[in-house]
Amino acid sequence: MEHPTLSQVATQVRRDIVRMVHGASSGHPGGSLGCADLLTLLYFEVMHLNSDEFDMNGTGEDLFFLSNGHISPVWYSVLARRGYFPVSELATFRKLNTRLQGHPATEEGLPGIRIASGSLGQGLSAAIGAAQSKTMNGESTWVFSLHGDGELQEGQIWEAAMYAPHHRVDNLISFVDCNGQQIDGSTDDVMNLGDLAGKWKAFGWHVLTCDGHDFEALRKAIAEAKSNRGSGRPTVILMKTEMGKGVDFMEGTHEWHGIAPNDAQLERALAQLTEGLTDY
Amino acid sequence: MVNSRYIQSLSPTEFKDTRSGFGAGLLLAGQANQDVVALCADLTGSLKMGAFKEAYPDRFFQVGIAEANMMSVAAGMTIGGKIPYTGTFANFSTGRVYDQIRQSIAYSEKNVKICASHAGLTLGEDGATHQILEDIGMMSMLPHMTVICTADFEQTRQATQAISKIQGPVYLRFGRPKVPVFMKADSPFEIGKAQVLTEGNDVTIVATGHLVWEALLASQALEARGTRAEVINVHTIKPLDGKTIVESARRTGCVVVAEEHQRTGGLGSMVAQLLAAQHPTPMAQVAVEDSFGESGTPAQLMEKYGLNAKCIEARVEEVMRFSATHLT
Repeated sequence: MEHPTLSQVATQVRRDIVRMVHGASSGHPGGSLGCADLLTLLYFEVMHLNSDEFDMNGTGEDLFFLSNGHISPVWYSVLARRGYFPVSELATFRKLNTRLQGHPATEEGLPGIRIASGSLGQGLSAAIGAAQSKTMNGESTWVFSLHGDGELQEGQIWEAAMYAPHHRVDNLISFVDCNGQQIDGSTDDVMNLGDLAGKWKAFGWHVLTCDGHDFEALRKAIAEAKSNRGSGRPTVILMKTEMGKGVDFMEGTHEWHGIAPNDAQLERALAQLTEGLTDY
Repeated sequence: MVNSRYIQSLSPTEFKDTRSGFGAGLLLAGQANQDVVALCADLTGSLKMGAFKEAYPDRFFQVGIAEANMMSVAAGMTIGGKIPYTGTFANFSTGRVYDQIRQSIAYSEKNVKICASHAGLTLGEDGATHQILEDIGMMSMLPHMTVICTADFEQTRQATQAISKIQGPVYLRFGRPKVPVFMKADSPFEIGKAQVLTEGNDVTIVATGHLVWEALLASQALEARGTRAEVINVHTIKPLDGKTIVESARRTGCVVVAEEHQRTGGLGSMVAQLLAAQHPTPMAQVAVEDSFGESGTPAQLMEKYGLNAKCIEARVEEVMRFSATHLT
């Protein structure tokens, strides 16, 4: 396929996710499926990247930080599909001696990963640091970060949220995966996040909301976020998503946060996801 | 015999805090390399970071009272080639932010220099909430981490400059009180290389941080009684210079390890492991005996918790007696 559409790539990424998690008999399919559209859009359209020769410093490139590291399957798939490493390596996910650790890590040298994540709440701070580094280096590139909505229960997120506008960080666009679910149930039941837009606004951020499965809506939000450069304030995009999106029996429930499908469930899932590129 | 390559005087006239050595070293590191940046969690004055802040305001980042954020922001800044130095008390540089250091800095092999002041009992009157005595252990357990604990002003300045030149995470530990300046400003300093400050064949005293000066005082008193102590300054606790320590233990046959830290997990634990594996040798520790500290002046606390020259002398005599009785 010469020029697959974004939808075709995203569907293939979803196939990769369920196959990887099934292959490892562990992993986090729900949030991964929910963020497949955003990561596909970022890596295949929005971000300026040099995927041929991975540079830890990312000089002259846009950077992406996955703060909710447990949705590593979607990131690994998108990185492989974008050419950071061989697609065949997706088969090693979570297996002994793999570069595709359960949660993203740099120790094994997987191209595309710049910092470990998994213990939640640290990625916003790291993204802010990288954004400040770019500003000090005189770059006009962008830093993107992604966070779970449940992750916002971590206090460090709000330390970072306070810090960024104070230091006039405005080359950062952060996404929150608002699927309303976490391990123990709905975010409303586990620890109500309240008025998220109001909270970010009160911390001094530009706040946008959009449908996380609508490429056009995401494009529009990102373009608007980019127009905030020069304001001295970063932008957060509260992105409404469906956990498990694309696989009907996984959609909209926390049950598929962190479990793997069995053989029959894998078949049911793959039947709903057309092979857009070629399976690994 | 005092090694004059390192020691300027055993009758020092100058007393300075090691944190001021950090402040001086940070300014010099910043002058030498424009990628050096500094972050501080509302303790700029205490950490003596003011000179750097004034010289390089665009490379100084006030973080406020938010140490977790500071550690992860520093980790992020390394992406792009910056060399961040974080500054806060040792307690807030380690225990409070262990998970951030573990994941974002150590596991991710980030070039962050964690600079920790007010370590140990000599923080004094603020009491046990602030007197961390577990930090050397916590930091040394982390893979990829280099751990340095300096003895005086000059050495802290040297170490602060030297860590900018090595790639990878570093924990640099220093303290609050004014202590004798006894190291030469130009003494050879190499990360990972212990310094034999006095030579002797009767006992080896391995010391780090503020206890190095106490070990030198002890060695003088011991010498007056005919005991020649070899004092080794282990400024780099990880990687430990096992070669120098074992070589000395082979000659002296007994070892005392002195540190301002819990007896478990610190330099004493590491030297015990080293000796057990390579050259089993009678050994005694001068360290805090599994307790928290309390309020008091630094000198009162070091006396009460057994961390001064007198205590080192007593342990030396015990271990030499043990060695003579059991190993003849």
